[in-house]
Amino acid sequence: MRITAEDLTCERGGRLVFSGVNFAVNDGAFLQLTGPNGSGKSSLLRLIAGLSDPASGRVTADGINEDVSLSQHCHYIAHADASKSALTVLENLIFWCRFLSGGDPSLAMSAMNLTSLATYPVALLSAGQKRRLALARLSLAVRKVWLLDEPNVGLDETSQNLLVNIMRTHLKNAGIIIAATHVPLGLIPHHTLHLDSAK
Amino acid sequence: MNALFGLLRRDLLLAARQGGGVGTALGFFLTVLVLLPIGIGPDQATLQRLAPGMLWITLLLAVLLSADRIFQQDFEDGSLEIMSMSTQPLELVVLTKVLAHWLTTSLPLAIAAPFLGVLLNLKTEVIWPLLLSMVLGAIGLSLLASIGASLTVNLKRGGLLISILVLPLYVPILVFGISACSGDANIVNPSLLILSAIALASLVLAPLASAAALRAYLK
Repeated sequence: MRITAEDLTCERGGRLVFSGVNFAVNDGAFLQLTGPNGSGKSSLLRLIAGLSDPASGRVTADGINEDVSLSQHCHYIAHADASKSALTVLENLIFWCRFLSGGDPSLAMSAMNLTSLATYPVALLSAGQKRRLALARLSLAVRKVWLLDEPNVGLDETSQNLLVNIMRTHLKNAGIIIAATHVPLGLIPHHTLHLDSAK
Repeated sequence: MNALFGLLRRDLLLAARQGGGVGTALGFFLTVLVLLPIGIGPDQATLQRLAPGMLWITLLLAVLLSADRIFQQDFEDGSLEIMSMSTQPLELVVLTKVLAHWLTTSLPLAIAAPFLGVLLNLKTEVIWPLLLSMVLGAIGLSLLASIGASLTVNLKRGGLLISILVLPLYVPILVFGISACSGDANIVNPSLLILSAIALASLVLAPLASAAALRAYLK
C-alpha cells in the first residue's frame, strides 16, 4: 500500500491553513508531521482520514481493495478520546471491539497496561490513563494505517515506551504510521514533513 | 450487524447508567400531568375532554426535551468521527441511535402516558386506542427528533432550536394521533393507519436527513 498526497491545500473557515503539501508513504514507513501550533498538522490528519475534504489536491491510496475507502483502513487517534466516562475501561473497549470488528479487548488492555483498571469507570481515570485507553483502540482491531494526533501527550515514560513498542510492531508488520507531534516520540521517523504557518 | 448491536447495547447501558435522558423526560411528564388538573380546575368533564390532547402534547414536549442527547455526546467526544470512518453506513448508525432513544425515552413514556391519564380523568375506553396510537406515534417522534438533534449537534444549547425545527414536523403526528383515539369505535381506524404511514416514512427519510446533517458537521 502507498499513500500519496499531491499538492494538498487546506482551508478551514475560509482561512488558508497550508498549501502545496506533497508526500508519499509506503508500507512499513513512519511519517512524522511537525510544525508550530495552527500549522495544520491535525487538519492534514483529518484530510487523510477522509473526515474533511481538501480545498484542492488529493490524497490517494494505491494497492487497496477498490471497494474499501482509505478511511476504513485507518485508525484515527485524535485529541478527543472517544470514550464514555459513565462506562468502565473494559465496557468502552468491548464496544469499540464490536464496532470495529476487532479481536480480544484483554489483549488491547495489556498492550497499554490497562488490565488492572478494567473495571474502573473512565470518569475516575487520569488524563494519561484516558489517553492510554484511546491508544488501546490501536491494538483492538487491525488497521493498516495509523493516524496519530499528538499520541504521547500526558503519557508517562513507561506508557510512552508501550506506545513505541506497539508502533514498532505495527511498522514491522508493514503498517503505515502518520503522526503529528511536538515532542519526539522516541521512534526515528522514516520521513518528516514540516508544516509552516501559512502567511 | 454485530457492530450496530454493540452500539445499541452501549447506548442502552449509558441510558441506564446516566439516567439523564429518560429520567428528565419522565420527570417532566409527571410534573405536567400533576399540575394540569390543578391549573385547569376540578371540573371532571372538562378534564376528560382535554385529557387525550394534553397527554399527546406532553409526550411531544417530553421527547423534544431529551432530543439533544441523541448525538451530542458522541459528537463531542469524537466517537461519531470514528464511527463515520468505519464500514458501517452513517445512516444505520443514526438509525441504531434513534432506536436506543425510542427504547429508552419515547416508548416508556408512550406506554406510561395512557395509564397516567387517570390523573386527568381519562375515559377508560380510550386507554387502549391511546396506547396504540402513542406507541406508533412515538416511533415517528424519535425519528423526527433525530433530524433536529443532528442539525443542532454542535450547538451547546440547541434545545430551543430543535423545538423550532421539529415542532412543525410533529403537527401531523399530533393531529392523527388525537383523532386515532377520539370517538371511533374501531381500534384500527384510518387515522391510526396514517400514523403508521408517518412512522414508516420517517423510518426511511429521517436517517438519511440526519446522517447528511452529521456528515456536514463532521467535515
